[in-house]
Amino acid sequence: MPKPGSVAIVGAAELVSPEGRFPELSQLGLHAKAAIMAMKEAGLKPSDIDGVACAGASPTEVAFYLGITPTYVDGTAVGGCSFMIHVRHAVAAIESGLAKTVLITHGESGRSGIGRGGFGFARQSLNAQFEGWTGPMGPPTMFTVPVLRYMKTYGVTEEHLAMVAVVQREYAARNPNAMMKDPITIEDVLNSRMIAYPFRLLMCCLVTDGGGALILTSADRAKDFPTKPVYVLGTGESVETPMVSQMEDFTSSRAFRVAGPRAFQEAGITHDDVDHLMIYDAFAHLPLYGLEDLGFVGRGEAAQFIWEGNTRANGKLPLNTNGGGLSYTHSGMYGMYALQESVRQCRGTAPAQIPGVKVSVAHGVGGMFAASGTVVLSNERP
Amino acid sequence: MHDYSKVLPQATPETQPYWDGLKEGKLMLQRNKQTGRAYFPPRPFDPRDPFAEVEWFEASGKGRLLSYVISHRPPPGFEAPFAIAVVETDEGIKMMTNIIDCPQTPEALQLDMRLELAPTKVNDEITLPTWRPAKEA
Repeated sequence: MPKPGSVAIVGAAELVSPEGRFPELSQLGLHAKAAIMAMKEAGLKPSDIDGVACAGASPTEVAFYLGITPTYVDGTAVGGCSFMIHVRHAVAAIESGLAKTVLITHGESGRSGIGRGGFGFARQSLNAQFEGWTGPMGPPTMFTVPVLRYMKTYGVTEEHLAMVAVVQREYAARNPNAMMKDPITIEDVLNSRMIAYPFRLLMCCLVTDGGGALILTSADRAKDFPTKPVYVLGTGESVETPMVSQMEDFTSSRAFRVAGPRAFQEAGITHDDVDHLMIYDAFAHLPLYGLEDLGFVGRGEAAQFIWEGNTRANGKLPLNTNGGGLSYTHSGMYGMYALQESVRQCRGTAPAQIPGVKVSVAHGVGGMFAASGTVVLSNERP
Repeated sequence: MHDYSKVLPQATPETQPYWDGLKEGKLMLQRNKQTGRAYFPPRPFDPRDPFAEVEWFEASGKGRLLSYVISHRPPPGFEAPFAIAVVETDEGIKMMTNIIDCPQTPEALQLDMRLELAPTKVNDEITLPTWRPAKEA
């Protein structure tokens, strides 16, 4: 197991615009632009990079396009948490000498659809045989399927779901790059258009273009870089099922329950050590599942925890401080943006900066409760 | 027969008996011969014990409504709003499905309500495992 803090993030860049569009860039172009921005920040050239990891493009495409000759590639593509898992694998690769400097890229023309691969399943796939024929139209009608069971089990109401969106909009209002900044009330959320009962428009994520990149190297080298290093304390990953209907438990994600505790254990931290938290919020229920499955609150307590203001900027556990997928940006695979916000909070450069952040956790989901990755970051090396 | 403009499933060798069963109005599942425990979706081994012997059997075709959404985003071939649901069968497996012969409303679709298999024939190859509210409780 890697030692906590043995690898650091020394470059981080994000492509997010308040319009949610980059009409001048293809998906591969978004990967490349974010990568170049991160290299510039870190003072590196493509020839200094020997590891490439990405999802949404192949590492072959990205390495070729940027002129990188890698000794390590990672094309793990398990959805929006792939980038958390890339960080985990990069730590292992750097620790074991497969690479010295790993570039992780994300680019997604989710709104403009330029150079974006198609979705859809082969007719003989598990998804087509056992889910697709029921008429889903993307994640809003699938990722949401387990939630009525969760709500019935724990007495969670539509108002509770709405509150998740309300609190995150408060953070987005402070973020110049957020697509949605106007304050909203619970009533606004509950009066917004029905998408897939019980989910209304404002409980669903945005659809944007965007990208991001991270550069990781050993902590011993990190002090030579211009930016404040952000150390990787621990990471976790897992997968459960490609079909949301086959989750073991509709009130909890097994992948979350594996990835989260593993990351905490590797990092050697407890929940009390966490100053700032990002939980991938493609939809309003995900922070509820995440808070419970990561053990920040007990079963069925997350909705009340948010309702009482604990995740607000002045609360005890500020959550999704960029505004999240609901109000900031969501190009399809959001995990990179959650990581970027954790890096900013650790560097002290976030638009809605939480004072005194030392430890930040970025927790991601992939597919529809299909996969998970968790990363524990800190601005202090243990 | 339905006028289906949507992408339909296509059986694989591993799932052919399941789709063949539906053509005859039967829900064919597989179970571990030793433990008797069913699993889903079909595959030639029990994921809990891949070395155990398994067998096909005709399931009860009874279950309960585990969870659902009512989609307001109809793909081709669907009229919104319509429910995308998960039934938990009496054998303990979960299946995503559509609920037919029932208003597609939160009032009519009560969690834990009893359901029964009511397959929908689409063409000579594919009959879909749709479910409806159970006639008897």
